[in-house]
Amino acid sequence: MSATTAMEVNIEARRILAVSISKLYASRSQRGGLRLHRSLLLSLVMKSARDIYHSSRESDAPSEAQSPPEEPMDTSSSPELPEPQPEPLSERNSSETAVKESDSEEEDYESDTTEDKENLSPARQSRKRRGKASAAPDFLPNKRARLEPGEERYAAPVASCRVGAGESLTTLSLNQVIPAF
Amino acid sequence: MNSANHKIRTSNLSRPGGDMQWCFSQVKGAIDDDVAEADIISTVEFNHTGELLATGDKGGRVVIFQQEIDNKNVPQFRSEYNVYSTFQSHEPEFDYLKSLEIEEKINKIRWLPQKNAAQFLLSTNDKTIKLWKISERDKRPEGYNLKEEDGRYRDPNTITALRVPVLIPMDLMVEASPRRVFANAHTYHINSISVNSDNETYLSADDLRVNLWNLEITDRSFNIVDIKPANMEELTEVITAAEFHPHQCNTFVYSSSKGTIRLCDMRVSALCDKHSKLFEEPENPSNRSFFSEIISSISDVKFSHNGRYMMTRDYLSVKIWDLNMESRPVETYQVHEYLRSKLCSLYENDCIFDKFECCWNGNDSVVMTGSYNNFFRMFDRGHRRDATLEASRENSKPLQVLKPRKVCTGGKRKKDEISVDSLDFNKKILHTAWHPQDNIIAVATTNNLYIFQDKVN
Repeated sequence: MSATTAMEVNIEARRILAVSISKLYASRSQRGGLRLHRSLLLSLVMKSARDIYHSSRESDAPSEAQSPPEEPMDTSSSPELPEPQPEPLSERNSSETAVKESDSEEEDYESDTTEDKENLSPARQSRKRRGKASAAPDFLPNKRARLEPGEERYAAPVASCRVGAGESLTTLSLNQVIPAF
Repeated sequence: MNSANHKIRTSNLSRPGGDMQWCFSQVKGAIDDDVAEADIISTVEFNHTGELLATGDKGGRVVIFQQEIDNKNVPQFRSEYNVYSTFQSHEPEFDYLKSLEIEEKINKIRWLPQKNAAQFLLSTNDKTIKLWKISERDKRPEGYNLKEEDGRYRDPNTITALRVPVLIPMDLMVEASPRRVFANAHTYHINSISVNSDNETYLSADDLRVNLWNLEITDRSFNIVDIKPANMEELTEVITAAEFHPHQCNTFVYSSSKGTIRLCDMRVSALCDKHSKLFEEPENPSNRSFFSEIISSISDVKFSHNGRYMMTRDYLSVKIWDLNMESRPVETYQVHEYLRSKLCSLYENDCIFDKFECCWNGNDSVVMTGSYNNFFRMFDRGHRRDATLEASRENSKPLQVLKPRKVCTGGKRKKDEISVDSLDFNKKILHTAWHPQDNIIAVATTNNLYIFQDKVN
């Protein structure tokens, strides 16, 4: 990576995420149906962007004003979470893990975790992601996640979403892309 | 380097000094700048003798050009091709079960070697492959007993004598008829078809599977590669292209979106999920970016005519692999390395998903592929030279020699150079073809087909 600041990387990653999501949505209405190859490549870019976004957020963490309110949440949820590791992102990017698998791993790795409802609630043992925030940024279509049977929709308070709403829409899309086939 | 079966014209490819000079010959297609989507060319293919040149377009149409016979032996005019046949190969369809439209766009055309007077080709869209017979008719019967010349039936009471109809010459008519329809074998989108050297079978490949067909049998096909994971959420790579070896009827390769090529031997087992060879070059870590995976996806794979090498095209480069060495390619050619710093913009405008094809010349000494701004690139393997040429209406005077083009990558732009930011990314050359025995090339821009020949002194 070049010598740009973590903030610039962060902005770039968010932009790429937003572009990717809109491409994914656009491809749904494409003539000829969803293209598996293209969807796969989009999801790989989104995964890369999201991983880099998180790592750049973490490197920014001490300087951000939002972090203090997160800590009480962290300590309460930390017994549930596995030891957050400084993620070797490049290795993870190149690893052949499943898209969904890496979603869950990355969720565990977040030290600045969002309100991790899955791990807090005993009923929610599923490692599947689903919609966290209902508030979407203006530039993205207003769509709700299609839930798997048996899942419930949690209304997470927006303030607790340390990572922007864009991230939750990312997690929706990544899971929905491949199973759409 | 010439194999025994391969006749090469004596007019040599490379002159002393290795200079290739190309001249404009013809351009086919509308002059309109406003391109109708149906006219976008989606595939180009010479037949085995080079006498016929087929194109397929987004509207499902196939147009076949034929080399002008009278001029074939006149060097300056040997690359004159005229329309021979036009037919509608595929129509748009609707899959009611999945509520999906099936595009009529022709993804690939492959010619069968000629066995009799008729010509046969396979054309495919996303789901269905068709075998077309193209035959000439230059005689018609005349003198029916029961019908008038215009086809109306005669009153039987007026028939008093019997005669034998005779065949009389007529204007040449070229008819195309679908002889086989190979349908319902692909869940995903077909990206490749390849005719086997045994002339009896062919393969078709979609994103996750490769199927083997017998040309005579349409209701059955054998699945020979299946990379679909049990859980689709674990999908990490798809098949992007597949081709049979030109001589070994048991061998084929398929490329993946991860930049790997697998060579499979059908004698090993019925299902060729286990490859015999895996060709993969380790990634250069300094080139890692958000888009590394996309640009390493292979868009085309082609065996050399002699069967010893294969060529792959990824977004930025062309690689030549020796079939005996799996660890890395023997040659790598940068097509447009100056785009590496522009990948983000190319992602936003979707250009990074463009699938460029590549092709060999008849004696495997030169390879060619397309780029943007209607540029196309040639790499002379033996002389280590490369050229950038442009297919444009401005350079379309008969026999006009193409001037080499150069992209300025930074610093002071010289005269006649074009800067990277001035490149027109809507003008892309994805499909090119090289005459199997001569230095005649067909280059497809969005909706035009350019034919060039090498300069004759």
